[in-house]
Amino acid sequence: MIKLSYREAIRQAMMEEMERDPDVVLIGEDVGCYGGCFQVTPGMIERFGPRQVIETPVSEECIVGVAVGAAMMGMKPIVEVMYGDFSTLAADPLINHAAKIRFMSAGQQSVPLVYRTPMGSGTGAAAQHTQSLEALFTNVPGLKIVYPASPTDAKGLMKSAIRDPDPVLFFEHKLYGAEELVPQEDYLIPIGKADIKRQGSDVTIITYGKTVFTALEAARVLENDEISAEVLDLRSLRPLDTEAILASVKKTGRVVVLHEAPRFGGFAGEIVSTIVEDLEAFSALKAPVVRVCGLDMPTPFNKNLEQQLPPSSKRIIESVLAMFRG
Amino acid sequence: MSKLPNKEKALGMYRQMYLIRKYEERIYYLFLEGIMPGTIHQSTGQEACAVGMLYDLRKDDYMASTHRPAGHDLAKGVSLRGMMCEMFGKEDGCCHGKGGAMHTGDVEVGALVANAIVGGNLPIAAGVALAFKMQKKDNVIVCFFGDGATNEGSFHESMNAAAIWKLPVIYVCENNLYSATTSIALTCNMPNPAADRAVAYAIPAEVVDGNDVLKVNEAAAKAIKRARGGEGPTIIELKTYRHGGHSRNDACQYRPKDEEKHWFDRDPVKNFRDVLISTQLATEQELKTIEKAIESDIDESVEYAQNAPFPQIESALADVYWEGK
Repeated sequence: MIKLSYREAIRQAMMEEMERDPDVVLIGEDVGCYGGCFQVTPGMIERFGPRQVIETPVSEECIVGVAVGAAMMGMKPIVEVMYGDFSTLAADPLINHAAKIRFMSAGQQSVPLVYRTPMGSGTGAAAQHTQSLEALFTNVPGLKIVYPASPTDAKGLMKSAIRDPDPVLFFEHKLYGAEELVPQEDYLIPIGKADIKRQGSDVTIITYGKTVFTALEAARVLENDEISAEVLDLRSLRPLDTEAILASVKKTGRVVVLHEAPRFGGFAGEIVSTIVEDLEAFSALKAPVVRVCGLDMPTPFNKNLEQQLPPSSKRIIESVLAMFRG
Repeated sequence: MSKLPNKEKALGMYRQMYLIRKYEERIYYLFLEGIMPGTIHQSTGQEACAVGMLYDLRKDDYMASTHRPAGHDLAKGVSLRGMMCEMFGKEDGCCHGKGGAMHTGDVEVGALVANAIVGGNLPIAAGVALAFKMQKKDNVIVCFFGDGATNEGSFHESMNAAAIWKLPVIYVCENNLYSATTSIALTCNMPNPAADRAVAYAIPAEVVDGNDVLKVNEAAAKAIKRARGGEGPTIIELKTYRHGGHSRNDACQYRPKDEEKHWFDRDPVKNFRDVLISTQLATEQELKTIEKAIESDIDESVEYAQNAPFPQIESALADVYWEGK
């Protein structure tokens, strides 16, 4: 095992894959000598040169479209886009091209690209550099979507994403310095498999991305009230590990669905539907399912105001306690 | 006057142009009869663009087309039967009935599945060209788009990227004067919407009579040589004209009659036929034989397509993701 930060884990996964396969290339703005907007890629251009690490113009639609074309010719591009918010500019090549080309061509063509971008608040970057836009893409068949929280999952999922024959959106949270012991050998985390980050028996907190840490914090506090909370980290949003969700719900009978993205129309709604559509899981419920999400507002700049937006452990704890009081 | 090709090439080009013309005509009639499903965006009148640009490409070179792909696909070598079956949504279609009129293509002959988002294929073509470069291959890609696409952001982003990376891509604007139904003169302040903007990216550009297959072919040869030789992209703007409307329900009321007459008099298929006869590259009899054979091929393809089976309903969900084929 070796201690790696979230950003180091992602970098190591990319570098090991680029070493293994020269068709794996990194494309993006400032990914060369600057090392990327969030310093995920330092040293990569020095190691792999400008053929495998390609600095691009500030042209998100174009560079993601370029990645689509290169992927169709057998390359395995990893595109870095500085902020998830800029995904709106890349939406055409992702939604209309990457997600459709295999289908429209009846399997003649594949688009094995990885689209990497960070999401979420907490950086003081205000309304256009902090959004959680995953739900814009989860409704698009043809895309796979992963959102790892831990360095171990980030490394294993990045490798799986690179080796996957379909387009994978790889969303990152911004706790890039979070560290963990990560296996040193080559390993993969399969796309579409959730992970129980903490075992519990009284309530399940279902989440992904940065809020996995918020959930774990809440679970620790709930212990004082003798409530045993299970934290289920989805890791992949599409395909979704329905089996793991239902199994945990049947075990605990109480559910909090948690994410930083706004509640209205958010991915939590999909998870709630998955639970209530299953007769056994529905019958196992001892309390109504609760969503704890980001507030329905753009991110304000002021730090105190910004902190109001993401779900806090306090909000989770209150929701859980209310279930038991009810 | 352009340098004349040898007889074999001249007849080969005429064969393709006549095939595209008759194919589009037949599709149009089938549509009017209510036999053909979906919508259509036809390339009748633009045959010289497709054939002139693609005739000298190798089979392993690529072509990226638009919502108006039939001429390009036929010229790149997609089979007539595969095209016709796709139009009918049949299992034997080049995309097994999944793509339809706006998404025909066949990777085996270098025809990427056509992309019907205006400007959508421009960055993709740059990416294909970047892959050729990274893989140290000498292939090139021809990317077609209309005058309307030159007002998309993707046009400008892609020209810039192709220029800085010196990509082996040939960007071909088929300027048929109308972006769907709106005159390009109303939406671009330059007479040549693609070629005049090339200077902004330091890409060599040429404006060519898109109804003269030999002139188109000459421009193509230069651009292909540049691209294959590692000298980077070229923009070719072909002045041409749709004989029909933008799509199936467009009766073209917005086009001045004298403008239509001007262009219909410069019919690319008829004019090339006249050149073949007047230069004695072909006899009337030879051309008639070619034309008859093509008409009979088209009859046969329609007959085949109409009787061909529809895809199995179970195939609807296939190919959303890789299935380990």
